[in-house]
Amino acid sequence: MKIKAIAFTMLLIFVVSAFAGCAPAGGQQGGAADEIRFGLNNEITGDNPVIGASSRKGVDLALEEINAAGGVNVGGKKYKLVVEELDNEFKPESAAAVAQKFADRPDIVAMIGPNDSADVMPTIPIIEKAKLPSITPWATAVDITKNNDYFFRACFTDDFQGAVIAKFAYEDEGARTAAVLYDMSNDYNVGIATIFRKTFEEMGGKVVEFQSYGRGEKDFKSQLTKIIQANPDILLLPNFFAEVPLQAEQARSLGYKGKFIGSDTWGDVELLRLGGEYVEGALWVGHYAVDIASDKAKAFIKAYEAKYNEKPNDIAALNYDAVYLLAKAIENAGKIDRVAIRNGLASIKEYEGVTGNMQFNDTGDPVKTAVIIKIENGAFKYYATAKP
Amino acid sequence: MGVLLQQAVNLLQLGSIYALLAIGFSMVYGIVGLVNFAHGDIFMVATYLLFFLATWLFSMTSSSFAVLLASTALAAAAIGLLAMIIERVAYKPLRGAPKVSLVVTSLAVGLLLQHLVLEFLGPNSQRVPRMVPDIKFTVGTVNFEFYQILIILFALFIMLLLNQFIRRTRTGVAMRAVSQDATAASLMGISKDFIISVAFVIGAAIATVGASLYGMAYPIFDPYIGQMINWWSFTAAVLGGIGNIRGAVLGGFLLAAVMVISPMVLPVSSYRDIVAFSVLILVLLVKPSGLLGKRSIQKV
Repeated sequence: MKIKAIAFTMLLIFVVSAFAGCAPAGGQQGGAADEIRFGLNNEITGDNPVIGASSRKGVDLALEEINAAGGVNVGGKKYKLVVEELDNEFKPESAAAVAQKFADRPDIVAMIGPNDSADVMPTIPIIEKAKLPSITPWATAVDITKNNDYFFRACFTDDFQGAVIAKFAYEDEGARTAAVLYDMSNDYNVGIATIFRKTFEEMGGKVVEFQSYGRGEKDFKSQLTKIIQANPDILLLPNFFAEVPLQAEQARSLGYKGKFIGSDTWGDVELLRLGGEYVEGALWVGHYAVDIASDKAKAFIKAYEAKYNEKPNDIAALNYDAVYLLAKAIENAGKIDRVAIRNGLASIKEYEGVTGNMQFNDTGDPVKTAVIIKIENGAFKYYATAKP
Repeated sequence: MGVLLQQAVNLLQLGSIYALLAIGFSMVYGIVGLVNFAHGDIFMVATYLLFFLATWLFSMTSSSFAVLLASTALAAAAIGLLAMIIERVAYKPLRGAPKVSLVVTSLAVGLLLQHLVLEFLGPNSQRVPRMVPDIKFTVGTVNFEFYQILIILFALFIMLLLNQFIRRTRTGVAMRAVSQDATAASLMGISKDFIISVAFVIGAAIATVGASLYGMAYPIFDPYIGQMINWWSFTAAVLGGIGNIRGAVLGGFLLAAVMVISPMVLPVSSYRDIVAFSVLILVLLVKPSGLLGKRSIQKV
């Protein structure tokens, strides 16, 4: 009997706390008449929670500024811009479910996110059907904006990024042989790995090993032993910042002496905290560098540091830009309507964001520069700029 | 040749860890007949406990070896206790219920642990402090580290110790009796409750040792590591014949061999899991009870 009482009490606690956790992040549904709501399809939990946290911080800062200045001007009337955040657990299937929820809500006029390419993929047919204009801040997979009219992005694509990494490895680092170890379960990692190989070999280099692993794996020693045997000049690890440290550590432990190079998923200080000495000297391609910021970016970094007491990473900066792009699109649209906002987004030809100047082409992808960051004395340092 | 030896070192390290993980899984099944899917999450909680204990102990002493032994021993005791409580609260009331109910309960316990850790400790990745001296050896072209030797020896020691315990001690004999026929064993005066508790405690303590060794090799962890641990230990246990401890060790090394050898011989390493699980299906087709498993006769 006692056990049943305990079990019942525990159940009660969990039911109550579950309901407490279910309260919508942005207040009650529906919203007031002077509000414009958009959805944030975000990676809050899952095995890479820094993504969700940074995304939310960037969005919140942008909203705070926009609303403090009176809000969004639609046809002469000012509206407050409000976010409603839902967790996609860093899982494609949950991201699709979240997109469906937003699509079914008439008061949600646009979506920001998901941030990860694999999460964006299954949401595309849903937002296309619901005509819900969406901006992904950080997802770089090439196919996202292809063959659909409703997905836009604030970042460069893997076509560009993969080529930048290959050119940089070949020309500046003088690498003639390269190897790749990538997560085969994510469109993003596969995309960068493939484009890198293509560009690097077109330039005359040779990719001597092309190895992969599955999501969540921790042991890469078999693949790395094979890679080290092929003795590449440079090793590309186009993987997430929580995974790269283990890969770099195991490579060094197996006697790898060459350089590491990475992609924009390296962009958080988590990489430095977990990777320490093993990632020292490594290079990666990012969206912007804190130490060569423009005036606009400087103001953003200052406001972000004042609010959160940390430096903004790429994800926060891109989410910040995405919210401003959305606000601009709504003002361009002149009315609160999904299709009009989509056209408003498409009519933005150029935008000066904190992550640099963006020139939009017809596909919804911005043309913008990338930066090469070097890890020096346990910190990210600006190293070079790569123009499109 | 050097590469082959290097891969052999990789295999021994991975196999030792898989074997330790599979032992706990297999032993509980052998005694209670429960596929304990909470095993991976108990492992995860053990990793967190080790992380906190090691961080705390390092603030008092700088001897990394003392920290390693003390934190592992303390964590093993605490996690053993946790497993015993879980058994009493969640599994014991269901002892007469169909096996499927128990499996579902164990899944629920695993998720509960995972979400408790998520709620209270957050989802961020953490790094276990280094508890073994960072010594690297190079013999010819083969690189290995001190922790790898420690993993292999420690795992071997635990396996031999468990073997002796099961074969030589009274409790061990009683465990084997319960595993063979629980009703007959209780007629002989063996307390079934006690033996089941012992099985859970030992299983969890071995998982903790496994977590300690795992942390040396793969020091970065998060609340989700339990899921993969479950897959590996379940696969290794089934491969070797679930319920059989020697089978679990064999299964662990076999799984590691497939994981290490397939990227070596296959042109594309993405085929690795396809090969690993094809091997599992093949083994089960030829020998449905696993490599060392006994065929049990279903009594009606």
